[in-house]
Amino acid sequence: MSSDRSLVQIAFYAALIAALGLVPKIELGLAGGIPITAQSLGVMLAGMMLGPVRGGLAVALLLFLVALGLPFLAGGRGGIGVFYGATAGYLAGYFVGAIVVGAIMKAMRNMNVVFGAVVSGVIGGIVVVHALGVPVLAYKAGMTMEKAIMVGSLPFLPGDLIKVALAAVVAHTIARGLPSAMLSRN
Amino acid sequence: MISLYMAGNSWAHKLPARVKLIFLFVLSLLIIPFNTLWFSAALLVFVVALYATLGRQGLEKVKVVRPLLWMMGIIFLVHVFLGDIEQGIIAVLRLLAMVLLANFISITTHMEALMDAVEPLFRPLRVFGISPRRVSLAVALVIRFVPVLLAVYASLQEAYKARTAHANSWRLLAPFALHAIKMTDHVAEALTARGGADGFDRDKK
Repeated sequence: MSSDRSLVQIAFYAALIAALGLVPKIELGLAGGIPITAQSLGVMLAGMMLGPVRGGLAVALLLFLVALGLPFLAGGRGGIGVFYGATAGYLAGYFVGAIVVGAIMKAMRNMNVVFGAVVSGVIGGIVVVHALGVPVLAYKAGMTMEKAIMVGSLPFLPGDLIKVALAAVVAHTIARGLPSAMLSRN
Repeated sequence: MISLYMAGNSWAHKLPARVKLIFLFVLSLLIIPFNTLWFSAALLVFVVALYATLGRQGLEKVKVVRPLLWMMGIIFLVHVFLGDIEQGIIAVLRLLAMVLLANFISITTHMEALMDAVEPLFRPLRVFGISPRRVSLAVALVIRFVPVLLAVYASLQEAYKARTAHANSWRLLAPFALHAIKMTDHVAEALTARGGADGFDRDKK
């Protein structure tokens, strides 16, 4: 594996996470009126495809670009301001989440792709992201943890579960159509 | 350019990026103990005044917080339900002030100046054999990839619309990922063909 290829892949997944945050909301009947974006889907995919190290680097690179002032977060947000906002914890969660997703995917590389994707997506893409996001939200907004969970976690769970399912579908397609791109399993 | 940066020649533009970053960091720590309504309101007024010093165009940049407003609304409502309206106002004012202050840096500092300012942070990466140059290349690649990916998605969407009369579907995600991954392979090959991420090493001559 050449280092040039790694570099391009890291940059590419960073761009993919940004692009998924910018595409108009993907039609998801089940999600109802909740504003969900595909951004965390990109985070899960980065971990699933690239593995822990490169997946984590891809998210770190994206966050670095956001800090530099590019509006690459969902809803066109960007700038150093987002790291001072109420949702800053979720951004840290994206970084740690991608690493955890990649690590689990790698550990389960001999098992069924869809199974591995669902397990890693739920643990890394949902549990880890919310575990880091909710306390920061509670602190920044001066809320109790219970309230923060009600506001910042529960409404997003249905959407997040759908995203895990979508990530598993994409992982399955790529594992069959382009197995060399599943670096976490090679 | 899609960056938040606003070209200009104000006092804030002339301030070194590193000074602005350190100021933001120190201020964000200093305000923690002052949890009163008046202090939070004064802080917000101070930050908006900073924008005002950039002129009319600068003041308009305050709009960047608009995507955050629904979030602020929810935070406020939760406090109203808890019966503590004052804490709700304080929380929202502080969040607005800090986000606006941080964005003030993004608006008045060119991306390259910011990159130079944080470059020392990447020096430890040399231990792992990653040169700051590779970081710059990665940054440039992401900025170039995002519009390309959006174009790929738009073309898939168009074809899908022609077939099904629906504009968008989750079914587009997998082909989108496949398309895009193939594209990165080409970019990686092209990069290697041109001497790789570090370029042809001039020092070795």
